[in-house]
Amino acid sequence: MAIRNSYKSSVDWFTIVIYALLVTFGWINIYAANYSPDSTVFFDMSSEHFKQLIWIALSLVIIGMIFLIDSQFFVEFAYVFYGFTIFLLVTVLLFGKEINGAKSWFEVGPVRFQPAELTKVATALALARLLSRFGFDMSKPMNIVKIGAIIFIPVLMILLQNDTGSALVYFVFILVLFREGMTGYILFFGFIASIVAVLTLIIPNIYIFALITATILITLFYNGVRKCQIKGLLWGALAAASLYFAGKLLKINLLPDYVMLAGIAALTIYLIIISFKKRLRVIPLYLLILWGAITLAFSADYFFNKVLNDYQRTRINVLLGLEEDPLGAGYNVNQSKIAIGSGGLTGKGFLEGTQTKFDFVPEQSTDFIFCTVGEEWGFAGSMFVIIGFVTLILRLIILAERQHSDFSRIYGYGVALIFFFHFAINIGMTIGLAPVIGIPLPFFSYGGSSLWGFTLLLFIFLKLDTNRNELIR
Amino acid sequence: MGGNNNRAVFIGIFVILIGAIFALKLFVLQVADPSYKLSAESNTRRKVIQFPSRGLIYDRNGKLLVSNQAVYDIMIVPQDLTAFDTLDFCESIGVTPDELRSMFVNMRKQLRQKKILPYKPSVFYKQLSAERYGRFQEKLYKFKGFFVQRRTLRKYEYPLGAHVLGYVGEANKKLLKKDTYYSQGDYVGISGIEKVYEEQLRGHKGVKYELVDVHGRIKGSYRSGRFDVPAISGNNITLSLDIDLQQYGEMLMKNKIGSIVAIEPQTGQVLAMVSAPTYDPSLLVGKVRSHNFGILSTDSLKPLFNRAVQARYPPGSTFKTLNALIGLQEGVLTPATEYSCNMGYHTRSLSVGCHHHVSPLDLTHSIMISCNAYYCHVFRNILDNPQYGSVQAGLNAWKDFMVKFGFGYKLGVDVTNEARGFIPNASYYDKIYRGSWSSLTVISLAIGQGEILTTPIQMANMASMLSNRGKYFTPHVIKQIEDGDIPERFRTVHETGIDTANFTPVLKGMELAVQGGPGCTAGIARIPGIVVCGKTGTAQNPHGKDHSIFIAFAPKDDPKIAVAVYVENGGFGATWAAPIASFMIEKYLTGEVSQRRAWLEKRILEGDLIHGNKK
Repeated sequence: MAIRNSYKSSVDWFTIVIYALLVTFGWINIYAANYSPDSTVFFDMSSEHFKQLIWIALSLVIIGMIFLIDSQFFVEFAYVFYGFTIFLLVTVLLFGKEINGAKSWFEVGPVRFQPAELTKVATALALARLLSRFGFDMSKPMNIVKIGAIIFIPVLMILLQNDTGSALVYFVFILVLFREGMTGYILFFGFIASIVAVLTLIIPNIYIFALITATILITLFYNGVRKCQIKGLLWGALAAASLYFAGKLLKINLLPDYVMLAGIAALTIYLIIISFKKRLRVIPLYLLILWGAITLAFSADYFFNKVLNDYQRTRINVLLGLEEDPLGAGYNVNQSKIAIGSGGLTGKGFLEGTQTKFDFVPEQSTDFIFCTVGEEWGFAGSMFVIIGFVTLILRLIILAERQHSDFSRIYGYGVALIFFFHFAINIGMTIGLAPVIGIPLPFFSYGGSSLWGFTLLLFIFLKLDTNRNELIR
Repeated sequence: MGGNNNRAVFIGIFVILIGAIFALKLFVLQVADPSYKLSAESNTRRKVIQFPSRGLIYDRNGKLLVSNQAVYDIMIVPQDLTAFDTLDFCESIGVTPDELRSMFVNMRKQLRQKKILPYKPSVFYKQLSAERYGRFQEKLYKFKGFFVQRRTLRKYEYPLGAHVLGYVGEANKKLLKKDTYYSQGDYVGISGIEKVYEEQLRGHKGVKYELVDVHGRIKGSYRSGRFDVPAISGNNITLSLDIDLQQYGEMLMKNKIGSIVAIEPQTGQVLAMVSAPTYDPSLLVGKVRSHNFGILSTDSLKPLFNRAVQARYPPGSTFKTLNALIGLQEGVLTPATEYSCNMGYHTRSLSVGCHHHVSPLDLTHSIMISCNAYYCHVFRNILDNPQYGSVQAGLNAWKDFMVKFGFGYKLGVDVTNEARGFIPNASYYDKIYRGSWSSLTVISLAIGQGEILTTPIQMANMASMLSNRGKYFTPHVIKQIEDGDIPERFRTVHETGIDTANFTPVLKGMELAVQGGPGCTAGIARIPGIVVCGKTGTAQNPHGKDHSIFIAFAPKDDPKIAVAVYVENGGFGATWAAPIASFMIEKYLTGEVSQRRAWLEKRILEGDLIHGNKK
């Protein structure tokens, strides 16, 4: 089992330095976001910057404790830990406190704690434990169910808490699975599907259908199916036209979508006949894709109009540029962009920001803390943060790849990609590239739970990394 | 693991790609596109208008007439409201809970109609008094969403001179459109001195840039006030009014309808301008204004109507002095010309009556005794002057003199709403009589009746002109403007084209009218030790009793004051107008009323022509 056992490697100081830099810079910005020229009392117990200082100190305690624990412990207790955090999620649903519409907080005296932050760590550990089992085959249906359960139980619980943002984080585990050999088609089709879904919201369905049909026909052409396209299209046009005139005659108000669909249906039937006649096996596959895309377009519409809340719909509409709402949903993003944009190349200087102090930017010390960075430290400061996070994530991927044991590697990817998701969504949101989803920027956003969660996440991996040459199982 | 290394690279590239996109977007936001910096400035920088305090107004002796008082508007930012103790609120600003409720109902209505915005301050309660403000300010911390803004209102030190002073009110929509200096809610002079000298009085608004947070709370000054422009207070102005004389005039006119205008002849400065009935200017200040304005504007005696410049009456016999001057100047009359009068001027078709007096009279005595017949002769001679060839040309020549005396057009005084009066010309009569009229047709003009209409200020100006022997300055109430000159038009002398010598017999007649022996028409206006020149008038009034008119000036050889008095329905000129004018002169020249005339003063002060008429 232990080929190169009892070979202790040193801790990765490079990552620790980045961590220290980010936490320090984060704290400086929390101080600035809360700074008010009126009150200059530094040691104000109730101020956010002071409390954050305490959370940072406690993080150091957590780091110390992690390094005292044997790496094997994290493997052994992965499921127990996972079970415990799921239990916490259930408890918070029953006894938690609702803040900003999300029932996801425990409140004990002055201390508030969000168990979802712990669940991320636990899920990463549990997934690593499952995938690293000797001879684990990801393609077995039973295993797919197991993977799905590990990922989606917390997602479901967090969605029930009405904390959509935190739930979305779990989708990064798909990337972990990708790294671990999941077929790339899932990512590819997921990507195509999301583009189609977004397009259906922007462009009327009828054009999407036309686009997809054209794409499929051209693809078929290149796959050797020729000469039948024109005939098929003629049949389709005939079917569409007859439905249209039938509708006119019977005075039924037909949506153009349905007329179009009738045409595509006729085309499909013709192509199926052709495929049987000429034994062209490639045709049914593409037809499946065609109808899959059509179904997706319809369900995206349905999901958008029937499932999403008004405010979520508005946020997406604003992001897609379909709705101008500078004082509503767009207000936050607009103010956030103004704050960041006003920073210029080198920023207005520490504590000199105006947008992020006078409450123009919402949640200026938590979800929108990056605005303070952008305003006071300018493009230089923003780039420091971007480069800091990209370096951290790449470093974590490199560290993960050098792990001897699968468990450490898989967990490492989980850590790297959770950071990546938070980084991409949070900063993307503040500069208007991602929808407004309320998730914290690691080490920057104010709050003990999130700082501890990310510290725990990171340092468990750094601890595992000290045993990178051993086989931990 | 080996094959999956590609995927590690793929994930790594994806991470770098996102980082690069962010970097690019941040570069655009922060470095390439300057629009966000401008937005940020307008976001946090609030332009606060600093209202200057309006110029003070003094009387000619430096007595303060109009000053400013601070009031406090309670402002509200609707979105910042939290639940508060409404009873406490009501108590500290002095409203009932019901009134407060209706204020909130009103606010919600305005919010719905988008007249006010939830995140912008708007006026919730206007003009809280200073003492209430003190109480409210202490408790303000309890009422989130409210704050107090200081404003100034006019404060009147005397309940006098309302028509001259005018009033200040909020700029209306029309003005806002016309003049960009004003914005919604700004105060502006609406009438009187406040309107005429608005530009001098208003000062210059200042600007202060403040840093505010998203709730509009002030967080400090923008760039240490580098771009602030302080407000410049309005210029103080000194009026020519003598507030003591004004007060006395208003007392004299109490319970009478009419007007007194007193002018300093050497300068044209108005010493007193009374329009009766009048009102206390404080009634049109602040919260009570709209209520009081309603009452005043529906009063049947029209207290808001400034009779001194707006009312048009026939000048009556006072015009005989002018006809005499024109006759002399035109050479159709000499001081020695005598006409006889047998209880009037009689022709086959028409008679103008006269009272009983010795006959015949020369020019001086015709004025002293106010003989109607004499002026019928004089007037017909003026119109039928062969020099002009036609009665039309004769009348127009006469009209031209009248215009030079200041009639028929606005004088251009600095009191608002001046009327122009009316002096008929030939084409006017041509229209009425279809071209066939003679000097006899318009004979009533000879004695100041008929179509002529004049305003009290024009009459006072006439007295001033007579006292100056043919020169006058446009009457005005401004004496001095701080850091500025009074308008040029008040410093230019007007000539009337009458030779100085021609005034001698006329003024002698006016002197005798007051000082003279038996038959003098205005002996009642005699003041011990002062030579007063005067002329009575009685204007026929189709609606009731004649108006009592008197013009006068004194002392004769060094005129200090010229007065015109109209008392509506007062009867003969000597009954009310002459004594009132004489008291104005005496008060102004000696500072008091002599004991010997105390009985008369008492009669005038107690005289009631309003309530008596109603009985």
